Amino acid sequence: MTTLQMLITIGAAGAATVLTRAAAFIAFPAGRETPAFVRYLGNALPGAVFGLLVVYCLKDVSILSESHGIPGGNSQGLVALTRLQSEPREGISTVHSAHGAVTQKTLVVGNENVRFAASRRCSDE
Amino acid sequence: MRAAFPLTIPILAGFVFLGITCGIYAGSLGLPWWVPVLMSIVIFAGSAEFVVASQLAGAFDPLTTFAVVLIINARHLFYGLSMLERFRGLGRKRPYLIFGMCDETFSINYATEPPEGIDRGWFMTWVTALNQLYWVAGCTLGGLFGTLVATTVEGVSFAMTALFVVIFLDQWEKDRQHLSAVIGIAAAAVAPCIMGADNFMIPAMALILIGIACTRRRIEPAYAESATEDDGEGCA
Repeated sequence: MTTLQMLITIGAAGAATVLTRAAAFIAFPAGRETPAFVRYLGNALPGAVFGLLVVYCLKDVSILSESHGIPGGNSQGLVALTRLQSEPREGISTVHSAHGAVTQKTLVVGNENVRFAASRRCSDE
Repeated sequence: MRAAFPLTIPILAGFVFLGITCGIYAGSLGLPWWVPVLMSIVIFAGSAEFVVASQLAGAFDPLTTFAVVLIINARHLFYGLSMLERFRGLGRKRPYLIFGMCDETFSINYATEPPEGIDRGWFMTWVTALNQLYWVAGCTLGGLFGTLVATTVEGVSFAMTALFVVIFLDQWEKDRQHLSAVIGIAAAAVAPCIMGADNFMIPAMALILIGIACTRRRIEPAYAESATEDDGEGCA
């Protein structure tokens, strides 16, 4: 491909991306009344979308076959666990995801560390 | 910005390394260093950029590229629907917020209330801008030094998955009903059986729409004050 052709291709991809992101705003402009069903979707969709995103991220993880499957699943469970145990709420729990990332590394080294990390994390809170 | 930065730290880790991977990948296809950089600025959608890179290495066919990216990023339609009300009245920030609404940015901007005294519009703009900055930085590093930095980046994307898990749980607690969350997971779990694991997104979205339309009478009362009239029964 020539440079110009590459630029056109990248432009086409950018246009398609913007289109998917802006479609809802174009279809339902601010000035006009948004249909009730669309407003309903705006309320009901996010719950489903985040469920979808979690599955989307985990879909490539194959259990047992590599070093990441079981540890990955374990540490996601751990992230969920620490998240559920932490009160009061701290908005979005950045700490937990960061902690989870560290845990992932630890887990690859040895699964025993899970218990350690879990117990420490819980006692911290 | 100070309020937005801590929330984007998991994205910083994830995007920089994923960006490097994207840059290395583009380089491995024989593409010049500026391609991943330009893509990260113009497209700003991770999975789509990997696919576009592979197409740039092939024959010139922008229409196919357009269609493929449209399908990969179709889930952003839902983000727009969810953000319709929240992006209201943000003036000049709105176009950029819409442009930069990738998975991670949407998740943070949807799920987070800015701290007290912080302007919501600026908060969301900073989240978006920081995330894109990380991504551009990663892609640039990968594009320029890809061959030198032979890293294994497996496992780093974990930080972002963890972010989604946490946001999902946050959302579960905050939400006034849980049926839609269950529908989302069920749809994502069933969809690969229909179309195969590689293109499960579109059937999953269709299933979610059908599921949510069918259960409208169960779900909608939970948001009674925000949705008043009822014109359409769904299929249940």
